[in-house]
Amino acid sequence: MSAATAPVDSGRVALAGLLGSSARRNAWILGLLGFLALLLVFTKLIQPNYGVPGIQGLAISVLPLALAAVAQAIVVISGGIDLSIGSMMALISVVSATLMAGQSEQFDVAVVVGVLVLGLLLGAVNGGLAVVTRVPDIVVTLAMSFVWAGCALLVADSPGGGAAQWLKDLVTGSIGNEWIPKPAVVLVAVVALIWIPVRRSRLGLSIYGVGSDRLAAFRSGVSVGRTRILAYALMGLFAALAGLSLTASTGIGTPVPGPYTLMSVAAIVLGGVSLAGGRGGVFGPIVAVMILQIIRTDMTFLDVDTNLATVLQGLILIGVVMIGSIVQIRRARG
Amino acid sequence: MTLTTTGLLLEATGISKTYGAVVALKCASLAVRPGEVHALMGANGAGKSTLVKILTGAVRPDGGTIAVHGRPRTVHSPAEARRSGLVSIYQEPALVPDLDIRSNLRLTETPLEPFRHWLHELGLEDLDLSSIARRVPLASLRIIDLARALAIEPDVLMLDEMTAALPANLTERVLEVIGRQRGGDRSVIFISHRMIEIAAVCDRATVLREGETVGVVDVTEGSEERIVELMLGEGVVDMPTAAERRAAAARASGATARLTARDLSSGTKLSDVSFDLYPGEVLGVVALEGQGQDELFDILAGSQRPSGGELLVDGAPVSFHHPADAIRAGLVYVPADRAEALLMQRSVRENIALPFTARIRRWGLINAGDEHRKVDRAIATLQIDTRAHGEVRRLSGGNQQKVTIARWVAGGVRTMLCFDPTRGIDIRTKNQIYVLLRDLAEAGAAVLFYTSELKEVQLVCDRAIVIFGGRVVAEIGAANADEAALLHAAYNLRSGALMPEQIVAEATAVEAAVVVPADPPAARPTGPEADR
Repeated sequence: MSAATAPVDSGRVALAGLLGSSARRNAWILGLLGFLALLLVFTKLIQPNYGVPGIQGLAISVLPLALAAVAQAIVVISGGIDLSIGSMMALISVVSATLMAGQSEQFDVAVVVGVLVLGLLLGAVNGGLAVVTRVPDIVVTLAMSFVWAGCALLVADSPGGGAAQWLKDLVTGSIGNEWIPKPAVVLVAVVALIWIPVRRSRLGLSIYGVGSDRLAAFRSGVSVGRTRILAYALMGLFAALAGLSLTASTGIGTPVPGPYTLMSVAAIVLGGVSLAGGRGGVFGPIVAVMILQIIRTDMTFLDVDTNLATVLQGLILIGVVMIGSIVQIRRARG
Repeated sequence: MTLTTTGLLLEATGISKTYGAVVALKCASLAVRPGEVHALMGANGAGKSTLVKILTGAVRPDGGTIAVHGRPRTVHSPAEARRSGLVSIYQEPALVPDLDIRSNLRLTETPLEPFRHWLHELGLEDLDLSSIARRVPLASLRIIDLARALAIEPDVLMLDEMTAALPANLTERVLEVIGRQRGGDRSVIFISHRMIEIAAVCDRATVLREGETVGVVDVTEGSEERIVELMLGEGVVDMPTAAERRAAAARASGATARLTARDLSSGTKLSDVSFDLYPGEVLGVVALEGQGQDELFDILAGSQRPSGGELLVDGAPVSFHHPADAIRAGLVYVPADRAEALLMQRSVRENIALPFTARIRRWGLINAGDEHRKVDRAIATLQIDTRAHGEVRRLSGGNQQKVTIARWVAGGVRTMLCFDPTRGIDIRTKNQIYVLLRDLAEAGAAVLFYTSELKEVQLVCDRAIVIFGGRVVAEIGAANADEAALLHAAYNLRSGALMPEQIVAEATAVEAAVVVPADPPAARPTGPEADR
């Protein structure tokens, strides 16, 4: 089992620094990691032959949702929320699959770069609309979720297209040790390369500042509107990565949004991000996504009815968050 | 740093700002010389904070010019003002609550070493820079704010009520540090309600009244008198006397007080506040901002529990755990901020009916007929303009405030707690509210009335208590409660307990000069009809 959590550990080392010295925030994540370990042990107990294929399956199914959760976490930390992540992923997925179908590998590299830039733009449009029109974020992004979903269907009205082989290879199999699945490495690398530098920069501070207290941030010299738009643009970038990972793992583009929007909200809440903004990080949500996914897998192993499993997943979410906040309140008092 | 011929570090002229119908500033000016500590004085609502916010770019002025070092400047944001050398400490701390102190310093690009130096100077050596701002006590946050501002060596540092939330020892350190800024080439603009602090550190004072600069005074011994005069203006003449009031009779006749506070305390904000509120009277509460009046009203309205003391209603001790308890005991609350009291998206009718539907309900159903009648009566009594009855938020501020009062009047009110109910509303509605409060008192209700407009005390109240630093420092009968007397009391210039002797002596001399001609106290008949 220890080897199974190896990618998690390396992630923690990388991310522990960015989470700063806040013992409380780390305590929540440590609790989540403990819960994740328990779940893995439990999985091994009910399914003794759970091993490398299981971990690989977990990693590949976690990747899109984990990237979506990171995207959502960034926006929520900045004091907003984005309900169009799922639609954005669908749009990016079909755009990339359509463009890559039957093209050369070199062209496909350009496509990948292009759709990432497109993601940044889609996010910036969401953020820009929320800032300029002053319509609440939740309304703007809900509306935009229809816009992006419609655009996705305009690009391709049925699943299709293709993906470069190198892109597909990027998220299948393992690297070095067979216990280290490639999707997990990709996830850690992407987050470490994009989020950690941002978090350490003035922009990162501003994102937390604006989400925590807009007035105080404004008075500290932060440009509130610009920070919010940049947070949405970052969200768009991660949503694009999530969309690309869909294309990469399935080999085609699907124009219909998956359940990613609401799952990303669930994951960040479980991951310790305050919906009021300003608190939390991106590592907690990633662990939360793994937890949600393993619970799902375990239900299958236990032969629980799929619909009942969905009900139980919801109840477990409420239970965990409730226990977490009770513990935090106790700690704050003590 | 080349100074032009004017030799002024900062010059603001003709600054104006209106918020909707409310004029916050009209033609305010301020000139600050290098190396001086300059006091900005004025009664509540005179426009001090607005002026500071304009100077630091947090608020855009409607008109006027600002020059720094003789060069005209327009500042659009706090960041820009900071670059021009203008930094302000606001009344509320400007630290981001969820970031630790170190990150907050990075956010404002504050150099760490000078920050530590000033922190040390200000007596806060043992601060852990990795603590989250949310968990740092308020007083320390103010000190951090100040150290952060000093560390970037601003040309003009503005302190808006910096000392209001500080304990005495920290206040002393702050004043000492500010005092040492004198004589250099930097300046400080200092806003405080405490006259003694002004006298201790300031060179000159600019006085604002109703959004206008009415004078600049050199701060020397005895200049407090001149400052108070300027704050009041020439209008210190006879107000219509309140001599006809009759509530005193009820007290004299030994009636039970409707509401009695005994040694009420709330943390450090409120200590040992005692008073009696009798049926048939309007008792004024006067205080400068942040003297504990907010806590007092929160306790009386049941939204906060006192840390000490007791509360009696009709002579029986009560303890409120929830506003519903206070309402059940007949204590109803009218806040200054209408948004706190009203359901903005609902109709006038629903808003008025809300607090008392519980009482006219039978077998779980609301008695619609009864509700209708009571609400109609309340609307008529208060002359609420119901053309926009669909949603309360469409009403004017004055009409909204009338709805907050009407909801209690409709149910029959025994004790009304009004916290600055006329703030930001037009003069006509103000007068209607005065009349209404008097009528309520005549009908036997007891009204506690906090106001930031001192002249309202004589218009509405039978007597007033003055709170300073969380304590009741004076009780003044309506006949003597002109603005000068109230302001002196509110600045605690009359009480000997907390002030050095010479200032007290001066203050008493001023009082003697100003108070006496106001109204002969003898002319206060106790009408026979007042007996109940």
